[in-house]
Amino acid sequence: MLLTELAEKIGGTIVVDNPSANITAAYTSDLLSDVMGHCGEESALITIQNHLNAIAVATLVGNEAIVLCHSRPVPDDMKAAATREGIALVTTPLSQFAASVALQELNPSQK
Amino acid sequence: MNDYQPTILPADAGQKDDDIMAAHSLTGTKESPLVILEMLQRLRVRDVMKADGVVSVVRSDTLHFAQNLMKRNSISGVPVLEEGRLFGIVSVNIIIKALEGGYIQDPCHKHMSTSLVFLEEGMPLALAIKYFQNYTFGRFPVLDKDRKFVGIVSQRDIMRAILKELAEELARYEGKKPAAATVPFGEVSTSAYTMQQYPVVHNDLQNAGRAANEIKRLLAGAGVDKKIVRRIAVAAYELEINIAIHSVGGTLTFILDGQKVTIIARDRGPGIADIEWALRDGTSTANDWVRSMGFGAGMGLANSKRVSDKFEIKSVVPSGTTVLCEFNLKKD
Repeated sequence: MLLTELAEKIGGTIVVDNPSANITAAYTSDLLSDVMGHCGEESALITIQNHLNAIAVATLVGNEAIVLCHSRPVPDDMKAAATREGIALVTTPLSQFAASVALQELNPSQK
Repeated sequence: MNDYQPTILPADAGQKDDDIMAAHSLTGTKESPLVILEMLQRLRVRDVMKADGVVSVVRSDTLHFAQNLMKRNSISGVPVLEEGRLFGIVSVNIIIKALEGGYIQDPCHKHMSTSLVFLEEGMPLALAIKYFQNYTFGRFPVLDKDRKFVGIVSQRDIMRAILKELAEELARYEGKKPAAATVPFGEVSTSAYTMQQYPVVHNDLQNAGRAANEIKRLLAGAGVDKKIVRRIAVAAYELEINIAIHSVGGTLTFILDGQKVTIIARDRGPGIADIEWALRDGTSTANDWVRSMGFGAGMGLANSKRVSDKFEIKSVVPSGTTVLCEFNLKKD
């Protein structure tokens, strides 16, 4: 799934773009240790963690994009880190659950 | 909360020598030695502030009274305090204006600064120093979490505390041999050998993950299998976060030796009393702040162990914990 398509499905705003993103799965969690333990590559991470550590974890697990729920503001340092690491950032007014439902086709277990 | 809710300090409370200190102050903490960085995170405003014998005035005192008080005590500002509640500050500039304007007999509350910047007693010193850099004031009032006045902190107080801590640190180093920086490992392969050591600072979640990311890049650059790289990076990151959250600080060491990668996390205390408990998934002693950042759910050690081919942990209370994770790069 392309980033534009993902953003459209969740009524999101692309804060940091990554036109080459190829998103094949998604994982929803606010617990970064859990993300490291279970999130697959080429995933979109659906979370409310709007800080640098989310970028650090996304980089480690190979996320393509981070979806920040409840329109959480994106701090400048997070934006800069995402740009540097090539990770797309999308904000959405939806909750984690609603965003997950809207992106259900990215559920890895349904493939 | 009240009609005197402090917001912004007036630009007149500075003192000349404090300004000179500000110009040479602890800017560029990034270049500072690790020991200072740790100290600035460990020390809190309450550890360095002046709490006892703070001179103050009440709202009905005259500016003249405040002037005498400042002269007697050689200070450039007094807080206006009543029963622990901070109403304002009378600075030397306010006194000068009062003398010029001929209203030195007016009560303090008519002319005191009521919009204030204050520090909270639990703030790390590193943050307090930023305040001194961002504002030109010589001192800040310190309030507790209920907004009650508990003391005053000046740049001089901070300098004094840092010098005292440094002297103690020095004495510690002189009293015993410095901790060995070498790491225990066996044979050195000639094919590919890299060792990197990264300092990890207590409570510095901002920078945690740098070591893990660098290790990841290094391994990816060396052509190591992506899945193995991820396992190593996860262990490095978890251990890095653990040092930052739970210990007083330490190091993360990375060794690439032929077909083997070793990650060693070593901290300087306080040690883990019950390792078995700590290793269990879901057990944690982390505080709410750490949890709000998405850590501290008690998965760190368990995660590190799960991704490693070999895992060892040793801990001594109170001197510290060492965790070793080993990874075989060649899967058979």
